[in-house]
Amino acid sequence: MPDPNSAQEATPSVQPPFESWGRYPSYNAHLLPLHWQSDFAAVVPTLRDSALPVGMGRSYGDSCLLKDGNLLVTTGMNRLLSFDPATGLLTAEAGITLAQILDFAVPRGFFLPVTPGTKYVTLGGAIANDIHGKNHHVAGTFGCHVTQFELVRSDGTRRLCSPTENPDWFAATIGGLGITGFIPWATLRLKPIVSRSIDYEGIQFHGVDEFLDLTTQSQNIEYTVSWIDCASTGRNFARGVFMQGDHSPTPSPLTPSPQPKLVFPFEAPGFALNHTTVSLFNTAFFHKQIHQRVVSLQDYEPFFYPLDKVLHWNRMYGKRGLLQFQYVIPWEHAREGTIAILREVANSGLASFLAVLKAFGDVPSPGMMSFPKPGITLALDFPIKPGKSFPLFERLADMTLEFGGRLYPAKDAAMTASQFQAFYPQWQQFARYKDPLLTSSFWERVTGEPLFR
Amino acid sequence: MNTTASTNLTPQKILVLGATSGIAEATCRIWAAQGHSLFLVARNPEKLAAVAADLRVRGASYVDTAVADLDDTDQHPALLAHAINSLTGMDIAYLAHGVLGDQSQAEQDFNTAAHILHTNFMAPVSLLTWLANFCVQRHSGTLAVLSSVAGDRGRKSNYVYGSSKAGLSAFLGGLRNRVDREGVTVLTIKPGPVKTAMTASMDQKKMADVDQVAQTIVKAIAAKKDTLYVPFLWQPIMCIIRHIPERIFKKLNL
Repeated sequence: MPDPNSAQEATPSVQPPFESWGRYPSYNAHLLPLHWQSDFAAVVPTLRDSALPVGMGRSYGDSCLLKDGNLLVTTGMNRLLSFDPATGLLTAEAGITLAQILDFAVPRGFFLPVTPGTKYVTLGGAIANDIHGKNHHVAGTFGCHVTQFELVRSDGTRRLCSPTENPDWFAATIGGLGITGFIPWATLRLKPIVSRSIDYEGIQFHGVDEFLDLTTQSQNIEYTVSWIDCASTGRNFARGVFMQGDHSPTPSPLTPSPQPKLVFPFEAPGFALNHTTVSLFNTAFFHKQIHQRVVSLQDYEPFFYPLDKVLHWNRMYGKRGLLQFQYVIPWEHAREGTIAILREVANSGLASFLAVLKAFGDVPSPGMMSFPKPGITLALDFPIKPGKSFPLFERLADMTLEFGGRLYPAKDAAMTASQFQAFYPQWQQFARYKDPLLTSSFWERVTGEPLFR
Repeated sequence: MNTTASTNLTPQKILVLGATSGIAEATCRIWAAQGHSLFLVARNPEKLAAVAADLRVRGASYVDTAVADLDDTDQHPALLAHAINSLTGMDIAYLAHGVLGDQSQAEQDFNTAAHILHTNFMAPVSLLTWLANFCVQRHSGTLAVLSSVAGDRGRKSNYVYGSSKAGLSAFLGGLRNRVDREGVTVLTIKPGPVKTAMTASMDQKKMADVDQVAQTIVKAIAAKKDTLYVPFLWQPIMCIIRHIPERIFKKLNL
């Protein structure tokens, strides 16, 4: 029988691997749950090795991992501290998830200013990765809507950070990979809504040029994103569905969301996702939309979070996990770069199951290390195939560099140190803001920095 | 615009002792969203302030707090009177404070054992004596108390904690027997292991989710139940464990 309340196992030990969402790589670490804002200062003197504050572990690669270090798990720190319905300003502890914020905010007529494709990320994680969403072209990144936060360093220093107060620390911490210090709380500006629904329109397209035309036509629509078929060549090359939507202006009841019940029950065998199954899926997805243009009223849950319905969907990729690849290429080379990379992916025969294409707007990212910049972004994921995935990945990263683009650290498990340092030449300037105690396996990998302490 | 509070009937006046405990906080979040009034007591002022802020934001119609070490039983009458004065009455008292304690140390040192027994048994007895008499006078009120499945049978891995909870469960049974006819409800809550800060040093993978536990507790209090095993599965499990003959039980490693 499990031991209800014995103190015998009270010594923290090396836990089973804390997985990132891609489930690759996999490292052991000490998990130390933080439940209170004061826990960080309390735990620091007890640590012999480096540490990393982590939230839900939804980053795909190793930016939320620290091999043999201490992962400070913040999800127990999820209190709401203040909310002003007149301004939409919500202050909360940084371990709160966007799902928990929505549960509170939606029934009160408010929504996240920016949301990624999953609501199971924490406020702190959203800041540390300066995440983006389908409204980047009008709203910028998540960090654009963070008005202030507190930053606690391992030496005990505390700073209030905002665009006007300690602006350098503010800029370093937004997109700062969680290594500039510990964020106990932050203030986010929510936006008003009158309905859960999204006025949705889905439009089929063939090729990158049609995608670009649709992007131009939809400048005034708040949310735009495209699913794109990366497996097909020839006539069907770069076919996709352009999905756009606005919050419905027609008032309707703002009921809370039901809790998800489906869980992907097992680890799929390694061969489950191959070129054939992915091609079948892609063809089905493309033709699910029977008409070239489909208009409907959709709840925000399936519109923003189609995959959140199935918990642990990443198990579909089997025990080897999945590799994400997301670039942004500036407008100057966006068209040619995207076509070249899509061709490389299609010709490789290494299927990408979920491929998402979107145009970033020109709202400046507030973070020194923020990923988004004006241009086209493409996100792909591949099941990991030994001997094949990594060489392809390296080619794609080099092509991204040639086209003046860069990759997204939150989705990376494979870029080399020289690639990272070319993508983010400001990294040394950023490194001055790094907390000596805090680091991540990602940071160690791309800077070649030895472990502290 | 605020539809979250609309699900509820009449706002209740709820006194929460040990309000920063994981289960208590999760329970209070549900009550806050239902628009009830809360008086929170806990030892650590910073943690208490964070919990109180959260419950205000979530929609509690009234939140007041007092910092107190509930081990100090001499303070109880004044503290309880102050709380009830602040709430202008009391419909529910929720006793959620307690310590897990260090079993191996308690095996060697009586003072450690005595401290566990004092916090988990003596202090609730002091609080409940005062609160029960208050409720009996008014012929109303609910006393909801966190005991534990660990109190159902002493086991070598946690019998000091277990015996403090066994004493508490027995006290609650007798108290219920006395005050039920006076219109007062006593609920004995017996959680299995729950994912909270209290159990953070153990493997929490198979433990119950604190929000689901809290949902069940809120429903049991509203339904004026007598005893609640949560998750429910612990009722048959403990029934079996209670019935294992002692000559076999003493050989087991539970």
